Amino acid sequence: MKISLPVWIMLSALLLGACGDSRIHSQAVYMLVDTSGTYTKEINKATKIISYLLATLNPGDSLAVAKVETRSFTEKDIVDKVTFDRRPSQATQQKRAFKSKIEAFSKDVHGSAYTDITGGLIQGAEYLNETKAGTKTIVIFSDMQEELGKGTVRDFPIKLDGIRIVALNVSKLGTDNADPRLYLDRLSRWKAKVLKAGATEWVVVNDLDNNMESILNTR
Amino acid sequence: MFDRNSWLFWPDSVALSILVLAILGMLFLYAARKPMHGVIHSVCNLVTQSTRFISRWLFLGAENLRIRNQSVLLAHSQESAATMIDREFERVTNIIRKDMQEFPALQRKLMEEVTRIEDDYRKCGEVPAPPPEWVSALESVSKIKSGGDIPRKLLEDINKSIQKIHDKTVAEFRRSYEERHKVLKGMQPSWRSVEKLIGEMDKKMVTLNTNAKQIDGHMAKFEGIRTKDSKTEHALTTSAFVQLAISALVMVIAMGGAFINYKLIALPMSEMVGASDYITNSLRTSDVAALVIILMEASMGLFLLESLRITQLFPKIASMDDRMRRRLMLASLIFLVILAAIESSLALMRDMLVADKAALMRDLSSTAPAATEGWMSNIPMAGQMIMGFVLPFALAFVAIPLESVVHSLRTVLGVLLVQTMRGLGFVLRFTGVVFRRFAKVLELAYDILIVIPLMVERWVFTMRGDTLVKVRAKSVSAS
Repeated sequence: MKISLPVWIMLSALLLGACGDSRIHSQAVYMLVDTSGTYTKEINKATKIISYLLATLNPGDSLAVAKVETRSFTEKDIVDKVTFDRRPSQATQQKRAFKSKIEAFSKDVHGSAYTDITGGLIQGAEYLNETKAGTKTIVIFSDMQEELGKGTVRDFPIKLDGIRIVALNVSKLGTDNADPRLYLDRLSRWKAKVLKAGATEWVVVNDLDNNMESILNTR
Repeated sequence: MFDRNSWLFWPDSVALSILVLAILGMLFLYAARKPMHGVIHSVCNLVTQSTRFISRWLFLGAENLRIRNQSVLLAHSQESAATMIDREFERVTNIIRKDMQEFPALQRKLMEEVTRIEDDYRKCGEVPAPPPEWVSALESVSKIKSGGDIPRKLLEDINKSIQKIHDKTVAEFRRSYEERHKVLKGMQPSWRSVEKLIGEMDKKMVTLNTNAKQIDGHMAKFEGIRTKDSKTEHALTTSAFVQLAISALVMVIAMGGAFINYKLIALPMSEMVGASDYITNSLRTSDVAALVIILMEASMGLFLLESLRITQLFPKIASMDDRMRRRLMLASLIFLVILAAIESSLALMRDMLVADKAALMRDLSSTAPAATEGWMSNIPMAGQMIMGFVLPFALAFVAIPLESVVHSLRTVLGVLLVQTMRGLGFVLRFTGVVFRRFAKVLELAYDILIVIPLMVERWVFTMRGDTLVKVRAKSVSAS
């Protein structure tokens, strides 16, 4: 039986494709954007970071952007999520669509009364674990000052196994300026908390102009 | 705990302990002198014999390998030379068939020209003028003994006739020469034609002569191979080295081409097989797929050249009947064209993907779109497409240097292996010789350690020798 060339190519491609597991090479990023208080004014910076992520992530990778609200453990806070197609051309289209959604969100952002970062982390971990990506990263665009509303319970151990946590643009509050130990203690507390929860790494990036590549574990 | 001074007899007096130990050691070594000498000799002998044995085995192996290499080299070269001679004869046959079949016509034409020239030549031959009648009349007049006016009148008449005839003859002569010149002029094209024909024949003969010389050269080489001439073998080995170097260089250039080819299609292949699939930790499936395409192109090129009998790597293809071989050739060519077309389209897709990604990057960075350069911006795309189509065909010719590498590599590796074995054999032989001498050196070194007991022994022997001499002298004098 004679097999034509395109069939040959497709068979070879299928066989080769079956050899490796693509998921362990893919990345998944869950970005939490703080929308409380003064952080609504920083949304342009967040958009810039999202653009960087879109430019850096490859076909097969996943990205989700969510707001940090009064209670963030809900899918409703996810602005948009996408797993890029394996074909580069389709992935480019998806990135364009994602970008437009983020632009729309940035124009219509409302400040929240409280900041539930832990809820966002739990939600992010849930999403990232579902993607089964090889590298999972939660990016937190916030001052890391958690303020929980009445009735919001977050004082229990959380699970962040195999997830990198990157705190971005952790701005200093007025009180931090008066006593820098408050800022340093806050960061140390978060570091201890996420590492205890099983996170692989804790990274703080404040210089967004020069240190953006630290956000992702680039291959 | 290990005590550093535990080996001393008297830890308080180290020097004394060492001295006693040295004396004891010396005594022990003196007592063990003979067996130790034996051990030294045996070990050195063992090493010498072993190295000599291995060295001899290596030399024998090298010689066997050389003979085998020689036979393989000569067989291959004989085959190549036979093919070359065959080709040359084929060429000569073609020349003879093509050119020599025209020879009878050419000869006929030449003969016709020669006949025409002969005729013309005959025509232009000088016709001697008939003897004038007045000569006999003049003779008669000269015989008249008496005369008067008659002879004078006769002579005057004759003079007049002569003048008349002379004028007529001269005119006739001039006319005749004019005609002959015309004939000679008419011969000019015939001469030119003859010259041209002879020139053509000469050229063909020169070509034939060159081919004959080439055949002579090949035949001489063939003879050399047949007689297993060492000069020919050396020339063939050197040729193999040169061949390998040249082929390797061409292969490196081809690899450069293949790399460019790979770069052209690796990105668009991800559109077909997915960009996120990996075979190993760092090996993308799309990269492997691109590599597979390139290797397939090279294979198709190999089959094409095999079926064209340019290369002979697969004896099965070479021994196929012509019809089957032609089919294979056609199939390989079609596959190659299809692959080239695929690659060309992939090159186009690559350009589109790159442009799309660039546009996305511009969108993400919110910069103004790049100004379009009109038809100028299409040049790289066209270049990529042309390269994508042409490179597979260029890659197909890799089969020629590959064959050369395959054949010459065996000879080169064989020669290197023989040289290595010989070198190793020499080193082992040298080691054996060194060890044979080394036994004596070790023996002497051992004796240096027990030099005092040996001196005592010598002194004792001398004393005993003197006593013996005295005893013998006494017994001799008594007798």
